[in-house]
Amino acid sequence: MGFFSKLKEGLTKTRQGFVAKIENLVSGKKIDDELYEELEELLIQADVGVNTAIELVEDLRKAVKERKIEDSGELKNVLKELVADIMGSEEFKLKTVNKPTVIVVVGVNGAGKTTTIGKLANNFKQDGKNVLLAAGDTFRAAAIDQLEIWGNRVGCDVIKHQEGADPAAVVYDSLQAAKARESDILIIDTAGRLHTKVNLMEELKKIFRVISREMPDAPDEVLLVLDATTGQNAISQSKLFAQAAGVTGIVLTKLDGTAKGGVVIGIKSELNIPVKFIGVGEQIDDLKEFSPQDFVEALFEE
Amino acid sequence: MIFEGLAEKLQNTFQKLKGKGKLNEADVDQAMRDVRVALLEADVNFKVVKDFIKKVKERAVGQEVLQSLTPGQHVIKIVNDELTELLGGTQSKINISSKPPTVIMLVGLQGAGKTTTAGKLANLLRKQGRRPLLVAGDVYRPAAIKQLQVLGDQLSIPVYTLGDKTNPVDIAKGAMEHARSYNNDIVIIDTAGRLHINEELMEELQNVKNAVHPHEILFVMDATTGQDAVNIAQSFHERLGIDGVIITKLDGDTRGGGALSVKAVTGKPIKFAGMGEKLDALEPFHPDRIASRILGMGDVLSLIEKAQSTLDSDKAMELQRKIRTQEYSLQDFLDQMEQIKKMGSLDQILGMIPGLGKMKQLKDLKGAVDEKEMVHMKAIIQSMTPKERNDPKIIKDSRKKRIAKGSGTKVSEVNRLLKQFEETRKMMKQFSGMEKNLKKGGGFKLPFFK
Repeated sequence: MGFFSKLKEGLTKTRQGFVAKIENLVSGKKIDDELYEELEELLIQADVGVNTAIELVEDLRKAVKERKIEDSGELKNVLKELVADIMGSEEFKLKTVNKPTVIVVVGVNGAGKTTTIGKLANNFKQDGKNVLLAAGDTFRAAAIDQLEIWGNRVGCDVIKHQEGADPAAVVYDSLQAAKARESDILIIDTAGRLHTKVNLMEELKKIFRVISREMPDAPDEVLLVLDATTGQNAISQSKLFAQAAGVTGIVLTKLDGTAKGGVVIGIKSELNIPVKFIGVGEQIDDLKEFSPQDFVEALFEE
Repeated sequence: MIFEGLAEKLQNTFQKLKGKGKLNEADVDQAMRDVRVALLEADVNFKVVKDFIKKVKERAVGQEVLQSLTPGQHVIKIVNDELTELLGGTQSKINISSKPPTVIMLVGLQGAGKTTTAGKLANLLRKQGRRPLLVAGDVYRPAAIKQLQVLGDQLSIPVYTLGDKTNPVDIAKGAMEHARSYNNDIVIIDTAGRLHINEELMEELQNVKNAVHPHEILFVMDATTGQDAVNIAQSFHERLGIDGVIITKLDGDTRGGGALSVKAVTGKPIKFAGMGEKLDALEPFHPDRIASRILGMGDVLSLIEKAQSTLDSDKAMELQRKIRTQEYSLQDFLDQMEQIKKMGSLDQILGMIPGLGKMKQLKDLKGAVDEKEMVHMKAIIQSMTPKERNDPKIIKDSRKKRIAKGSGTKVSEVNRLLKQFEETRKMMKQFSGMEKNLKKGGGFKLPFFK
């Protein structure tokens, strides 16, 4: 199955809710304030965020005026264009030039970091890469075991210490191991932390200091794992993790539910952080590369 | 912060209306636009927002503005009252069965925090004299059983497991037998996280329910959940008939509008809130505090409560007088540091103060003061003479050198402390101004300023 159809599959519920409503909404209606208001509401409902939604609808109004659009059915296409403009048109591939390529995975508690790492490792493994995992979550009970189980499933080694150990020390060891074993990819798990906890964010910074001291070009990617059911707090999460960890991309998880994940539109427009992967299920191959173009297409697909 | 306090915004909207006797429709409409944005920014479901605005509007139009309030403050008061009412009263109790064991089942999406909450809840109930048994019913997520076992070990609370090859229904049944023979009066069943639209797994929960007839089915939800919160909660409620909600991760900076939405659609009380990573960080849920948090007024009440339980009230009174009269000295700074330390971590306290987003000095202070530095600061102040502590202006070069030597620090650190003290003094001045405003608004008070 190609990327496009998989994404569509994952987004079916999103589409059904969203598109069906748009369809009902715009067909055969007069273009008036009420219609715009309803469109704004639809966007808000998708967790796009009230300010971004207001801006989008403002832009829609302008476009309608400029292009002298009279058919309300056209509104959907214009809105689609506007969202696509924000999300960008290029595909966001992971940077994997360095060997080993170092990828750090960060996020709040329960976003799905460890599961994402398992899936990500599997993707690389499928491409014939030699993958090493680092159990950097030494805080949460049994987090190390959870990563090890994923390591076994995928067939890659896990560098670990005891629970309660200094995560920076685990990271140091994993970097040495990745170099010694000539691994292609090193993926580092970190403990879930709320972005507002200053001491925990400092701990994260320490991990990055260790990485850049040992390997000046690393990390190649810092992925923030974001739960698609999260509302506007995702913007605050992205902002603070970007500051502390230099986030290079977002993995949007749990998109197989009914949540719309629209907050990524706000994150892209306010913080310019692209989404790189989406999680669309519990299976090991349910992590998909994100394409903004397809995302918008699938979101507004008829 | 993307969204500054609604209170402030409304004040601005109503600035030009000062002195008006009654709220007319146009005034209220204007205010409701701000309220709408604030609620939506806080992730309150848009349908809930719509109903809410309608209700507030009906109540506000034509109302006499209380003499002590500005029109803006009056609207805030109405909004706050209605929000608190919508969120319901405090009901942080578990219904204990007269025929033990009492069975509690935790359900929710993946990553909501069920397993951690199970540990916290067991800990809380044990403190109330109960003998809880934790049941590892999550047979799907890798190492979920181990996680519960580790928590059980940490708390010395027994964990019942049949491994991950047995189905959850049999595990639950086995746990009941185990509880009876080991005299456990509470059984807390952890379940696997699942999507509300996953037929198979939702049915499994129903089967567990039918097998052990829980007295409490608690829906565990992440406080950051957005617009979808209503769909999720409703699905779980329709399938299982939940008895209450536990909101987790409320110690972050989320406004928690999802909590309000869930209460609005299920009508079930929010019983507890997860407030941190430690196993005692499960607190009773306070609707009034969430209301002001949604409105961007900060968690003032929690702060006051915390302060009241730890601060010496005489000292606080004295401190307040000093701040007002500008007599605030380094000695007070030292005393206050000690008191703040008793209240908990600094960022936790600062997070509860309204208007923090705007106050740059406070942010600097937050970054600057870590626990280790507090020890240094203490040493520096203790190396000063009483005269110096009361009048820091007299501390010039040679005194600084002496103080640095005495405290085992550097002159630069002494300088930094003096600067921070100056900033704190300024901040305190702002606070006492703010407190006056808030007092007019809703009777809020800040600690130190009784």
